[in-house]
Amino acid sequence: MRLTCPYCGPRDSREFTYKGDATRIRPADDDKMFDYVYVRDNPKGLHQDYWLHQPCRNWLVVERNTATHEVTSVTAAAQREAKP
Amino acid sequence: MTGFRIGTPPTLDQSKVLRFRFDNKIYHGFAGDSLASALIAHGVRLVGRSFKYHRPRGFLSAGIEEPNGLLSVGEGARLTPNIKATMQPLYDGLVAQSQNRWPSLQFDMMGVNDWFANLLAAGFYYKTFMWPASFWEKVYEPLIRRAAGLGQAANLPDPDHYAQGNLFCDCLIIGSGPAGLIAALAAGRAGLRVILCEQDFVLGGRLLHEGDSFLSLSTQDWLTETLQELESLPTVRIMKQTMVFGHYDGGTYGAIEHNAAYSMATSAQEPRQIFWRIVAKQSILAAGAIERPHLFPNNDRPGIMLGSAVRSYLHRYGTACGHSTLVYTSQDDGWQTAFDLKKAGLAVIAIADTRSMIPQHLEAQAWQYDLPILKNACVTETTGRLSLNSVTITHEGGRETFQCDTLAVSNGWTPTLHLTSHQGSKPIWDASRHMFLPSKMQQGLLCAGAANGAMGLGECLASGLTAANRMLEQLDKQPQKIILPETPAPVLQTASFFHPTQTGKAFVDFQHDVTTNDIHLAYQEGYRSIEHLKRYTTLGMGTDQGKTSNMAGLAIMAELCGQTPDAVGTTVFRPPFEPIAIGALAGHHEGKHFRTTRLSAAHSVWEKEGAVFVEAGQWLRPQYFPKKGETHWRETVDREVVTTRQSVGLCDVSTLGKIEITGKDALAFLDFVYCNPLKSLAVGKTRYGLMLREDGFVYDDGTIARLEDNRFVITTTTAQAVGVMNHLDFCHQVHKPHWDVRMVSVTEQYSQFAVAGPQSRALLERVIGQQIDLSDEAFPYLACKEFSLAPHIKARLFRLSFSGERAYELAIPAPYGEVLAQTLITAGQDFGLTLYGTEALGVMRIEKGHSAGNELNGMTTAGDLGLARMVSKSKDFIGRVMAQRPALTDPDRPQLAGFRPVQPQDQFAAGAHVFSKNVPHSIEYDEGYLTSVAFSPICGSLIGLGLIRNGPQRHGEVIIAYDSMRGRKTELEIVSPCFYDPEGVRLNG
Ligand SMILES: [Zn+2]
Repeated sequence: MRLTCPYCGPRDSREFTYKGDATRIRPADDDKMFDYVYVRDNPKGLHQDYWLHQPCRNWLVVERNTATHEVTSVTAAAQREAKP
Repeated sequence: MTGFRIGTPPTLDQSKVLRFRFDNKIYHGFAGDSLASALIAHGVRLVGRSFKYHRPRGFLSAGIEEPNGLLSVGEGARLTPNIKATMQPLYDGLVAQSQNRWPSLQFDMMGVNDWFANLLAAGFYYKTFMWPASFWEKVYEPLIRRAAGLGQAANLPDPDHYAQGNLFCDCLIIGSGPAGLIAALAAGRAGLRVILCEQDFVLGGRLLHEGDSFLSLSTQDWLTETLQELESLPTVRIMKQTMVFGHYDGGTYGAIEHNAAYSMATSAQEPRQIFWRIVAKQSILAAGAIERPHLFPNNDRPGIMLGSAVRSYLHRYGTACGHSTLVYTSQDDGWQTAFDLKKAGLAVIAIADTRSMIPQHLEAQAWQYDLPILKNACVTETTGRLSLNSVTITHEGGRETFQCDTLAVSNGWTPTLHLTSHQGSKPIWDASRHMFLPSKMQQGLLCAGAANGAMGLGECLASGLTAANRMLEQLDKQPQKIILPETPAPVLQTASFFHPTQTGKAFVDFQHDVTTNDIHLAYQEGYRSIEHLKRYTTLGMGTDQGKTSNMAGLAIMAELCGQTPDAVGTTVFRPPFEPIAIGALAGHHEGKHFRTTRLSAAHSVWEKEGAVFVEAGQWLRPQYFPKKGETHWRETVDREVVTTRQSVGLCDVSTLGKIEITGKDALAFLDFVYCNPLKSLAVGKTRYGLMLREDGFVYDDGTIARLEDNRFVITTTTAQAVGVMNHLDFCHQVHKPHWDVRMVSVTEQYSQFAVAGPQSRALLERVIGQQIDLSDEAFPYLACKEFSLAPHIKARLFRLSFSGERAYELAIPAPYGEVLAQTLITAGQDFGLTLYGTEALGVMRIEKGHSAGNELNGMTTAGDLGLARMVSKSKDFIGRVMAQRPALTDPDRPQLAGFRPVQPQDQFAAGAHVFSKNVPHSIEYDEGYLTSVAFSPICGSLIGLGLIRNGPQRHGEVIIAYDSMRGRKTELEIVSPCFYDPEGVRLNG
C-alpha cells in the first residue's frame, strides 16, 4: 500500500504508523470523553484514520473507503478544518 | 527406456548436457530442460504418491498448475520440498527425491490407504478426531502430522540469503506470451517505463508450447524479433523467473525473482531469491490460462496428462510423453494435440470427443492423418498401476478398450485471473465460453490474452495490443499502431465445458485426493457454499491451490444444486498465487539482523571495562561490571551498589528518551501532556513528570528541565522513547495545532551519564569545575544548566537522583560521549569510582521505592503508584477526565507498598501474588502482586515493591507471598516502599 503524504508525496506504507479513528475530536465537554476514548463506529464506505508519516513526523488524516480500500484524500491533521 | 526425445527445439541447447539425480539414479538432460521434461525424456512416469491415498502419480501438466510432480530438490540444509518439477529449470548436479512414499516410490506401504478410501472421505478429520478431547494433543495430532504433508523440510538453518528491493514503473506486464509481449512492445515504443515479468525461465508463453504459426513467418522468428526489439528499448526491463504473487493496494505488487544463477554449486554469494515490491501506475495481466482435466474413474494414473502439456513437451522440449497416445477431449483443443503428435510422427490411437457434432474441418484433417474418431465418447475405466495400460471408452460405436500408454485430456480452459481478485473484484461467468473471466472493474489492472478469455493466437495478440492502447490512453500517451502478423484460419473453438454425470470415483483435486464422491458426500451432508465445500473436502487447499481442480469442484456442486456456476461462484483467490519462501519475505532481517541493535556512544568504553550487556529494547546496556575474583553476579551488583552509596558510581543513561521542546507555548503544552502542574517550573530547574494516557492510566514518567524561558528538554523511559515522541507530536498536531511548539528527539544526539554518590560533586569538580559552579548554592538539587564544556561543545548538567544519593546527570553531544566516559573513569580512580549497570540501578531505585517499568505496566493509575497528590486538579491534561472514573479512583485498588521478608534469608520473587494469612490461595482472596524484587545490600535481605489492596494503610502487617510457579510461600511484612533514607538527606550528602 502507498499513501501520499502532502509533504513528501507517495510513499510506501512501511513509513507510516497507524493510530486510529480520525473522525473523533477531543471534546471540550467532559461528558463526551468516554465516547471519544472508547466508542468507535465501523462504517462501510468513507472513513478517516490517523497515520503518522515517520520520516517527516506529520500526523495525517487519511480518508479511505473501507469497502474498496480506495484512498480519497490525505491531509495534515494540523491543517484540517475543525469538524463538528 | 529411451527414444522419447524426438526433436531439437530452439529453447533446448543439446550441446550442453546436464547430469542430475532423481531417487538416487543418474539421468541427463539439456540446458533449457525443466526437471519434468528431462525425466519425461527418460520415460520416467511415476514421480510421486498422492497425499491421502498414496496412489501412484505422474506429471499432469507442464506448468505452474502441476498437482502431482512435486519433488524435494537439493540436499542437506538446501533441501527444498514440494518443488514443482515442471517449473524447476534443470541444472548440472541437481538432486531430486520423490515424496510421500516409504520405502520406495514403486512400493509404498501407505498405499493401503487406497483400499480404505471410504474411511478417508470428505470431512474425515472432522469426524474422526473429534472425541475424546484429551486424545487430540497426544494421539491425533502426532498421527495426522506424520501422515500429512508431502515433502519434509530440511530442519536445518537455511544457508542461503535472500534479497529485497523496490521497483517503480509506468506499466507492469505479467506474462510474456504473445499478449504480454505485444503489450510490452507498444508500451515500450511509447516510452513508458515497462517491467515485464515472466514466471518461467524462458520467455514466450504459448509461442514455446504450441505448434502454431503465423501466415508469413514462424512464431519463433516473431518471438526472436520481438524480444530483440524489447531488449533494445531503454525503458523496458525484462525479468525472467519472476513470479508476481500478489496485487495490493495502490498499484503495489509482490514478486519473487528466482535467481537464474542459483544452483547448489553457486549459492554462497548470490541471493537465492529476491523479493520485489513493484509499484506500477498501470498493469496488464497476461498470465494465460490453465487447461482443465476430465473426470472419469481412475483419471489419475501416470500417463494421463493434459493435452496442452503433451503439446508443450513436444514443442518446447522435443519430447514425447509416450509411444501411443489416445486423445480425450470435449472441444477442438484435443484435435490439435492429435494433429501435432501425428505431425511429429508419433502414434495416436484415436481421438475421442464427448461431442456428437464435430466441426467439419477437424474431421477432414483427422481423415488426412488417418485418425480414428470416436464421437459421443466417455471414458469409463482405465488400467495400469504404475503407468497407464489401457483406456475403456463408450462411444457411438459401442464400448471399446484401447491399449495406450498416454491419455491426453482436454476439457476447456480456466483463465489465470487470480491477481484480479486480490483486490476484491469477483470473476464473472461467461456462459458462452464456459469460463470465469476477470470483472471489468479493475483498479489500474487490465487483462489481456487467455487470462481475459482470448484463446487463439491472433486473438491473444489483438487483445494484448488493445489493452496496451487503453493503458496508454489512461496515461495520456499516444496509442501505438502495430501491424500484427496474420494467423491462419480457421480458429479452434475452445468453448465446451463438460462434466459427466456418471457415477464412479474420479479425482477432482489430484494433490489433495478429493474425489467426485467427496463432493457428493459434502452436498448430501448439507454443504452448499463453495467456501464451505473447500474447507470440508480440502478441495483446492494444496500447494497448487486448486489450479486444475477448483472449476470441476464448483461445476459438480452447481450441477448438484441445479444452479449455474456463476450462482455457486468461485472461492476467493488470495495472495500468494504460488507458495513463496518465508525466507524471501524476511530478506536479510533474520537472526541478529531481525531488528536494529543500538549502541550507546560510549559502548566501546564499557566493553573495555568488562561490562556484561543486556538487551533493553533495541539497546545493548551494561548490566553489571564484574571484577577479577568476583564469582557471582550478585557479588558484583552488591559491590556496585555499596560503592556508589559510599563514594561514587557512574552509569550510562544515554538510552533514556530525550526530547527538546521549544516555542512560545512550550510550557503550556508540557502542562497539557503531563498530569502534574508545571507552570511554576522556573528556568534552570528540573521537575519529575508523570504522563497519563487519555484513558487515565499512567503512560510514562521522566523529567522536565527548563533550560530557557521557551526551551525545555524532557526525558522518557528507554522503552517508551519512540511512543512518547509520536504521542507528543499527535497531541500537538491534532489537539493543539495552533500552539507555537516545536519538538525534536535528541536521544541519539546526546550521551548522558549519571554520576551518583557522596563523592559525585568532588569528581565532577575535577572534570568540569572550571566550566560550571557546582556549589550547592549555585547548583542545588533539581537544578539544570547548559554550559560550554569546551569551545563549541555545549553540555548539560542536571541535578537528579534515581539512587537517592547526591547525584548529577551530565549530557554531552554523542560524538564526545566516549571521551567523556573515559575522562570520568580516569578522574574517578582517586574517588574509588565504580561503574554500575542496570542491575545496580534497579536495586537502588527499589531501595528508594521509585516506580519503573515493572510498575508503569499500563494497568496502574497515579494513585496506585502513590502519586495521587501529583495529579493537578486545576488544569486540563491528557487523561484528566478518564482518570476520575470510579474504578480508577476506587480506594480498594492495589497500591504501591514495600515488602521485606519476616525471616531475612527467605526467598521470593516478582510475580508472586499476595494473600492475607490463613486464607486459601485462590483468586477470590488475591490482594495484589509483587512487581519488583531485588537483594538489597543495605537491608541485608531481598526487598520488594508490589501492589496490594490498601497498601499504604497496612504497613506492619504480615502477609503471604504465594509463588505458584515455584510452589513457594513466603511470609512478608508490608512496609513503606522507601527502604532507604526516607528523609532524603543523602540527596545533599
Ligand atoms: Zn511526509
